[in-house]
Amino acid sequence: MHIHRPGRAVRRLAMAVSVAALSAGAAGAVEVNFVTGATGNAIEVFRELFKPWEEETGNTVNIVPMPSSTTDQFAQYRLWLAAQNPDIDVYMVDVIWAPQLADNFLDLTETAADIVPEHFPSIIESQTVDGKLVALPIFTDAPALYYRRDLLEKHGAEVPTTWEELTATAQMIQDAERAAGDADIWGYVWQGNAYEGLTCNALEWIKSFGGGQVIQPDGTISVYNDEAVKALETATGWVGTISPPGVLSYMEEEARGVWQTGNAVFMRNWPYAYALGNGADSPINGLFDVAPLPSGGGDNTSAATLGGWNVAVSRYSPNPDAAISLAKYMASSEFQKGHALMAANLPTIVALYDDPEIAEQQSIIPRWKEIFLNAVPRPSAPTKVSYNEVSSKFWSAVHDTLSGNGSAAENLELLEVDLDDLKGGGW
Amino acid sequence: MTTTALDGRPPHGAKAPARAAGRSELQAQRVRAARMFLLPMMTALILVAAWPLLRTIWFSFTDTSLSNLSGGQWVGFENYLSVRTLDSGRVIWRGTLVDPDWWNAVYNTFRFAIISVSIETVLGLMIALVLNAEFKGRGLVRAAILIPWAIPTIVSAKLWAWLFNDQFGMINDILLTFGIISEKVAWTANAETAFWAVIIVDVWKTTPFMALLCLAGLQMIPKDVYEATRIDGVHPVTVFFKVTLPLVKPALMVAVIFRMLDALRIFDLIYVLTPNSSSTKTMSIISRENLIDFDNFAYGSAQSTLLFLIIALSVILYIWLGKVDLGGGKKQ
Repeated sequence: MHIHRPGRAVRRLAMAVSVAALSAGAAGAVEVNFVTGATGNAIEVFRELFKPWEEETGNTVNIVPMPSSTTDQFAQYRLWLAAQNPDIDVYMVDVIWAPQLADNFLDLTETAADIVPEHFPSIIESQTVDGKLVALPIFTDAPALYYRRDLLEKHGAEVPTTWEELTATAQMIQDAERAAGDADIWGYVWQGNAYEGLTCNALEWIKSFGGGQVIQPDGTISVYNDEAVKALETATGWVGTISPPGVLSYMEEEARGVWQTGNAVFMRNWPYAYALGNGADSPINGLFDVAPLPSGGGDNTSAATLGGWNVAVSRYSPNPDAAISLAKYMASSEFQKGHALMAANLPTIVALYDDPEIAEQQSIIPRWKEIFLNAVPRPSAPTKVSYNEVSSKFWSAVHDTLSGNGSAAENLELLEVDLDDLKGGGW
Repeated sequence: MTTTALDGRPPHGAKAPARAAGRSELQAQRVRAARMFLLPMMTALILVAAWPLLRTIWFSFTDTSLSNLSGGQWVGFENYLSVRTLDSGRVIWRGTLVDPDWWNAVYNTFRFAIISVSIETVLGLMIALVLNAEFKGRGLVRAAILIPWAIPTIVSAKLWAWLFNDQFGMINDILLTFGIISEKVAWTANAETAFWAVIIVDVWKTTPFMALLCLAGLQMIPKDVYEATRIDGVHPVTVFFKVTLPLVKPALMVAVIFRMLDALRIFDLIYVLTPNSSSTKTMSIISRENLIDFDNFAYGSAQSTLLFLIIALSVILYIWLGKVDLGGGKKQ
């Protein structure tokens, strides 16, 4: 790992030289380095949306792309921030990261006071740590059940509202389509790789079966119960039947790859896949729709994991003013509207849900307001700095169960003991 | 002065003047020059190897976290092993040495190292034997075979990740077309195939390195030995086992050490191909996970320290058992 150091040093030097040259040329104009994961067409969309800001301020934005796995992104950001790296000015941060990285970001309470009231208070709350506003929201996220309207109509099926119905419908359509010669079709694709995304998926299964949310808001552990076991057993039954065995290595983009080539009847994914699926070059353009995720049946309601992305300004940024200006621009109504229109990302500004242009072009957005307002947060608040370890233990236990490495009951019982050990006297 | 560096064994040379005190001024001068030549290398080694290593060992005895690297307090062996009696009378053991995840990683690492290095050694030797024969275009083939070794591991791992992809991957496509498998295999998702996928990529990547080292060993064998066997009419298989193998063994043993060291600290390949699968998690992967992902910096440092000790011990054991001569040529 040390091999990378000289490279980084050289790059830093080159960057310092180029920044010096730039600032010598055009007085005041700086390059702001913005780092983000590259999922779907996120980078191109950002580049397009940054143009007005660049023209207005004379500054430029250098987008540093990262792998789309949020687990990998987090690891790299933590390293950079621990090393007080001045190369990155603005970080794109997941909704769950605020408590873990707060010390490294500037407090935006005062500088952003003018735009904060426009946003949903619960989202601002999630980015406030010890009275410090560490990040500004740019979009929120809650997953949807994507379904192929054409295939459901063709086979006379209803949109499933319970996992049981989903399993049956997916199996029925998959069998019928395969018999008709479409050998590559699968019933349901989701995110089964061992990473943060599996935590989101499994949290939804367990919560929608009434099994709690792994760690309850008051800190108690809720993983080993009959409902959770039933939820995991249901999901384990999908692997190799309605879901490809490879689903255990899928993240968002792999699932979308199968879905968007027309090889899946159902998919669980975030709203970003809506705009991409309706793109001009998409084979399933206009053939699909979205619905809330199914529930466990009975009195249970559907559960969607609360996602969402925010921008934070590094304390180690050499150009904090320009960086804050960019962050505020990204949280503004202008940016969020463009983002919603281009990428179907859910705005965090209340007023945009009544925007007629958005309602017309991305009909998912106004429909999704209720869903994200009732979304389940991951247990990052009660577990504080231990969240990553909790999440990793949880997704490992689920992944083991899904791949047939021990039964759901065995793995969840073990997980409960592990989490209890980790909790010790308290989180 | 020009011959000074040719000695090649300065530590031994350093003892020489003590034995033959005042034997010659020239000898002393050579030793001084040797020390001067070694100084830059030693400085570099201390900076990039010894210092980080000592710091890691130090961290492993503290409760340092990544967000506050200088604020760690001394906690003794707690990260390695600690025992606590709860109020209920239950005794709890904690630390890396009783962590099942750690021992699973140790098992994975050794399983990976032994299997991959064995396959690479056999294949490498076979390829070296072919390349050692006289044939047209030998230079070109020798250069071509090095290509997998020359590709950065991250790139080749990503490349193979696409080949292994269950829906769009070429490997599934080829195997399906030839009817070898009946349905698409999820190579990197399934616990059992994930391990073999990693082995396949590693073998593909490092066999050329083994072949090259073996080839160097083969070319050191004097031609007249083979001439003698030909005159005596010895069977080629016997020649290989009785002549070639014993003569190439010293070079082979050194090559295996290099590969073994490399394989025991395997990181990049697995990090790209199957980072979170418990069947391929190795010691380096798990210590990085603790160091960075989980913010257990001190705990991860303890695992890194153990990793260093385990590798050092394995190499010492190997040199001792295999009677490997690293000094270069037996003493007469």
